[in-house]
Amino acid sequence: MAQNSLNSTQKIIVIGGSAGSLHVILYILAHLRADLTIPIVIILHRKNDSDSSLSQLMGLRTNLPVKEADDKEAILPGNVYLAPADYHLLIETDKNFSLDDSEKINFSRPSIDVTFQTAAEAYGEGVTAILLSGANSDGVEGLAIIKSLKGTITVQDPKTAQVPYMPQQAIDAMPIDQILTVEQLPVFINNL
Amino acid sequence: MDTPVGEQEIKYLLNDMLELYGYDFTDYAKASLKRRINRLFTLDRFPSFAEFRYRLRNDADYAKRFVEQITVNVTEMFRDPVFYQNLREHVLPVLATYPFIRIWHAGCSTGEEVFSMAILLKEANLLHKSLLYATDLNPQVLQKASTGIFPMSHMKQYSENYIASGGKEDFSRYYTASYNMVKFDEELSSRMVFSTHNLVSESSFNQFQLIMCRNVLIYFEKELQGRVFALFDDSLENLGFLALGSKETLKLSPIISKYRQEGKEKIWRKIH
Repeated sequence: MAQNSLNSTQKIIVIGGSAGSLHVILYILAHLRADLTIPIVIILHRKNDSDSSLSQLMGLRTNLPVKEADDKEAILPGNVYLAPADYHLLIETDKNFSLDDSEKINFSRPSIDVTFQTAAEAYGEGVTAILLSGANSDGVEGLAIIKSLKGTITVQDPKTAQVPYMPQQAIDAMPIDQILTVEQLPVFINNL
Repeated sequence: MDTPVGEQEIKYLLNDMLELYGYDFTDYAKASLKRRINRLFTLDRFPSFAEFRYRLRNDADYAKRFVEQITVNVTEMFRDPVFYQNLREHVLPVLATYPFIRIWHAGCSTGEEVFSMAILLKEANLLHKSLLYATDLNPQVLQKASTGIFPMSHMKQYSENYIASGGKEDFSRYYTASYNMVKFDEELSSRMVFSTHNLVSESSFNQFQLIMCRNVLIYFEKELQGRVFALFDDSLENLGFLALGSKETLKLSPIISKYRQEGKEKIWRKIH
């Protein structure tokens, strides 16, 4: 497979989730292998408070370092980054983050579409995207862009989602590479 | 399914803006810029990039629209209430010791933060001896800011922010409502000076005790951020304060050695 020729600095995992996805994200984090080198970026819709307790909560589940992404921070292997509340998180082609506080997209800031699209433009076929449970369609357009730039797109099996709308929207819109249960998600990531 | 305006095309547009209109966006962070430009291209329904570029090059009014649309003008009053609480409790008591207070709101957009600051100053009984310099590269947003008129629909949120920041008054005492808009008291705007200023290309124009520049630098590349920090350093009196947005930091800049962060909020004090 073409992907195997990429090394881990050319790969990235982007995970988007909304209503009903927090416990899935925590489950994934708890089951990641400790020597995973591909950076993970998590975009989770949440309330607009800027406290960092969510990244601390996530950090308790894994030995990988978890932090909120900072503006102009370099994306490093082996790290888990969380999009900060009330900003869009963008990925620059030089593999740095940048933040943007422009209008909400799909009623959301951070918007999953924005991170997915810029990840596709920066990492191309090195992107693996996972769209989880949620009640709106943020992320669906981003998945399509990732696919068009030869990335891999995965969604949580809507049957296992607390709110199946978001993954179902993606399935209805395009062919999905993998549709996985909650238990299969970390196994899939650990094998990337 | 790549975006209609790609990286090379963006370079052409940015060169046009610089050569023909004097606006330098070349060191703006690219991912956000690309999104904004593509958003505008779609919004204005251009059939092709060539037509987009032709319009930009040949229509000065459209160039104004371009500036207005690719810069981000999302702002609110008392955004991040804890930050304002910090200003109230830790910065204003220091400013109060000066005979005359000069504050610079760099990249003030439509003015919501300037009015928030004026309210803080008024409540600390400092407004009469303060001058708030509000600048932005975009004359349209400054014009809006100078009217002191804001949509009624935002007042509920702003009032909640105000209270969360430690405000004790009834927020509505600061404005007069008319239909779906409100106008803030002229006592507040009487201490404001609005002027265009481009952080990218212009130099220091005064000395201040407090510079507020929140969620502006995130749109700049690192190297440009460094140049703007040097400009702020030139414009800040010794022992003055620099306040940034909640995800911005002075940490990566060489001027950091002259500054000390005050508490957990993004407020630094110049100590050398």
